[in-house]
Amino acid sequence: MAKYTSSDFKSDQEVRWCPGCGDHAVLAAMQRAMPRVAEMLGYDRERFVVVSGIGCSSRLPYYMNTYGFHSIHGRATAIATGIKVANPSLNIWQACGDGDALAIGGNHFIHAIRRNIDINIILFNNQIYGLTKGQYSPTSKFGAITKTSPYGTVEHPFNPGSLVLGAKGTFFARGLDTELKLNEEILVAGATHNGTSVVEMLTNCVIFNNGAHSAISDRAAKEDRTIVLRHGEKMIFGKNRDKGLILDGLRLKVVTIGEKGITEDDILTHDAHNDNIGIHMMLADMKYPEYPVALGVIRDVPDVTYDGGVRMQAEQVTAKSKIHNVDELLRSGATWEVK
Amino acid sequence: MQHKVIDTKDVVIRFAGDSGDGMQLTGSLFANMSALYGNELSTFPDFPAEIRAPHGTLSGVSGFTVHIASEHISTPGDFCDMLVAMNPAALKTNAKWLKRTAMVLVDEDTFDGPGLAKAGFKEDPITELGIEDRTIIAAPITSLTFESLKDSGLDHKSIGRCKNMFTLGMACFIFSRPVEYIYDYLEKKFGKKHPELVAPNKKVLNDGYNYAANIQAIPNTYHIEPAHMSPGLYRNITGNQAVAWGLLAAAEKSGLKLFCGSYPITPATSILEELAIHKSLGATTLQAEDEIAGICTAIGAAFAGDLAVTTTSGPGLSLKSEAMGLAVMTELPLVIVDVQRAGPSTGIPTKTEQTDLNQVLYGRNGECPLVVMSSHSPAHCFDAAFHAAKIALEHMTPVVLLSEGFLGNGSEPWKIPSMKDYPEIRPPYAKEEDTPFHPFERNPDTMVRKWAVPGQKGFEHRVGGLEKNHFGVLSSAPENHELMVRERAEKIARVADFIPALNVDGPDSGELLVVGWGGTYGHISSAVAQLKSEGKTVSYAHFDYINPLPKNTAEVFSRFRKILVCELNSGHFAGYLRSLMPQFNYLQYNKVQGQPFLVQELVSAIENEM
Repeated sequence: MAKYTSSDFKSDQEVRWCPGCGDHAVLAAMQRAMPRVAEMLGYDRERFVVVSGIGCSSRLPYYMNTYGFHSIHGRATAIATGIKVANPSLNIWQACGDGDALAIGGNHFIHAIRRNIDINIILFNNQIYGLTKGQYSPTSKFGAITKTSPYGTVEHPFNPGSLVLGAKGTFFARGLDTELKLNEEILVAGATHNGTSVVEMLTNCVIFNNGAHSAISDRAAKEDRTIVLRHGEKMIFGKNRDKGLILDGLRLKVVTIGEKGITEDDILTHDAHNDNIGIHMMLADMKYPEYPVALGVIRDVPDVTYDGGVRMQAEQVTAKSKIHNVDELLRSGATWEVK
Repeated sequence: MQHKVIDTKDVVIRFAGDSGDGMQLTGSLFANMSALYGNELSTFPDFPAEIRAPHGTLSGVSGFTVHIASEHISTPGDFCDMLVAMNPAALKTNAKWLKRTAMVLVDEDTFDGPGLAKAGFKEDPITELGIEDRTIIAAPITSLTFESLKDSGLDHKSIGRCKNMFTLGMACFIFSRPVEYIYDYLEKKFGKKHPELVAPNKKVLNDGYNYAANIQAIPNTYHIEPAHMSPGLYRNITGNQAVAWGLLAAAEKSGLKLFCGSYPITPATSILEELAIHKSLGATTLQAEDEIAGICTAIGAAFAGDLAVTTTSGPGLSLKSEAMGLAVMTELPLVIVDVQRAGPSTGIPTKTEQTDLNQVLYGRNGECPLVVMSSHSPAHCFDAAFHAAKIALEHMTPVVLLSEGFLGNGSEPWKIPSMKDYPEIRPPYAKEEDTPFHPFERNPDTMVRKWAVPGQKGFEHRVGGLEKNHFGVLSSAPENHELMVRERAEKIARVADFIPALNVDGPDSGELLVVGWGGTYGHISSAVAQLKSEGKTVSYAHFDYINPLPKNTAEVFSRFRKILVCELNSGHFAGYLRSLMPQFNYLQYNKVQGQPFLVQELVSAIENEM
């Protein structure tokens, strides 16, 4: 197996996103993650496929030196599903935006998760339609003022994490465009997870929704307003590493270590592998300012995969079947001879 | 009364009852039994969309027509020699299909006040329908079934369900069919899961047979000799089953796995069901979350190197339109099977039509040509599906195979072919010498691009819905776009070099050429045969290939003064022919009733133009 660097995954195509767009950073993280995934899984580059739908982020396959499929709006998940079922030995990455995956492609998105097919969905969430120049998306905040909501939206947004976990997703992680190292880490974790992995990347659209995530991405405030979750580690955050999460009854609560008798022992330890979805849902749902926004791998649990099930069933049926070619098929069941 | 045995060449039997009466099963068992007996056969299930429509009503009547013969037949027959009517509504909706000499078997237990009222009869139904001259056999089928099974231990509901077996027993006597085939069927169906149902069903079948033999009401029985079919092994096959098997055959001949991504839709669903069985032949089926995912998973599988298929009917095809454009643009092999039904919108889901042709030819954005083919009989669906897949794979294009509800659900005997007689399928794989790989460079003769699949080292490339140049690089250059549009169209046009010439049945020049396509073949060819037997001169050309047309089409048309295009729509094919070859004189005969043509109406229509 060849050993790769990130440049092996860069195509010769000029990247045409706006200067300052958050997608550049995610692309870089993907190009860094892929050599690591190739090494961990023992895959050559030709086994990587990047699939996308329509939208700014969906241009991504052209920038990757892998097999790629830039499909139609909303349908990347279905295309990726077909590719994986046809050839389970491929490592499939899907790039999609919040409009692509959660509006027009919402149905395919939840059903891929329900089936737990082994694809890696990278959801670029900038809370806006960028390519059509600034209309609200299913993740735009309630009241967002955009070109199609000049007086503010009157509809609630989806939280992608809740949607994934509500569909019994086996892997959900969240990254932030400015966090290159963390992004690389969670992309590797998602791509090596066996089953549908959804990595939500909070990205900034500099043109139509600039600063959508600035409350948490602002350099000075970031550490107090986000928490990076890692399996087996205490849920501690803050510039001074003195804040943490505890369970207060049935709710999460932010506490300060050293105040009101709270010690580090009282702080929850993140268990990404816990099958119980409840705590993962609470973590995925945390919103600033009441809570820090959770980044990192929130959930990563094993379960049977669709592609694995398809393969296993085919083997079992084939072992038992009396029909092994079409001539046998045509002659099976009721026939009669004319002499 | 002395009953006589009539030796006849063919009879048409129509089983009709409530949609819960088991008429589809009764009809198909009768058909399969006749096929095994060696008769020629054609069937036509005609049922409502409701699974259990309101009991006893006209809208709930489900029918199954079986045409059996000792010589070649190609339609289920216009009018019937025998009608089995399980209730007054079934009699009322089917009386118009009775031949003058027909026999009618009714379950007289259902001809009570409420039953007659539900069917809207005010007086004696026989008089009201004006069928007093037919032979009416009124048998208390319901009460005889209960009497037959009173000691069976079955509950009331289960006994009621056995009515159709009593009826089938009677039909076996009337048409001199052996009941052993039904025994085998009952044992296979119930033997394992419900062994308690085998004996009662056999008993009631026999009691029906004996009842028919003993009553004096049946004036004659029929005897239909086995047909003189060419030697070989035969089976009965429906169009949908034949489509599924033809696709499996193409997978085998191409050495590819078959992938079918589909969403259930009447009347195409049984193709997906059939393929789902055959995992041992390398078939994978994915029941998608919707029609769009059906075709998109198939497109993904095609990209990954499978023989990819999606199956649907009209409304589903509408949903797939955008993705069909993607398959045209990415130039991936894909078979789209459309089993047409009456539209628009939901239309009449269980009724047959040919009204999707315009949609298939024109229903996409942009310049978006693809190959369009059709199948002309239930058994021909096998060859049609095989060749649809062969063209898709060898010409790197989506192919639409148009079937029809009439073909998909209908059946006929089929002489089982041997796979060694089918051609190999050789997709244009990219090989070492094709590097660096340019995905949209073409074979100059066929205009076909090469196929490189993920996993193939050194061929990493990107496809997609955006316009590209030959290198696979995005391009919105005006000249490149026009070039690519022309090349994609030329690729489809050149498929004509690989399809059979149009064949003319009858003189190859003259006054009138009758033209048809798809599932009307049986009826039109029967009408033409009838006219010929009356000494009339008529020629007939049937199209299996619609886009591109066979290369000799214009040449064939030029030898006739008039061309009569017969189709089950308002003139889609006629309009298409007119737009391509406006120099000819086209006439139309159209029917849009959700029903097949009748041979007799075609005979009149053709005669009118002679």
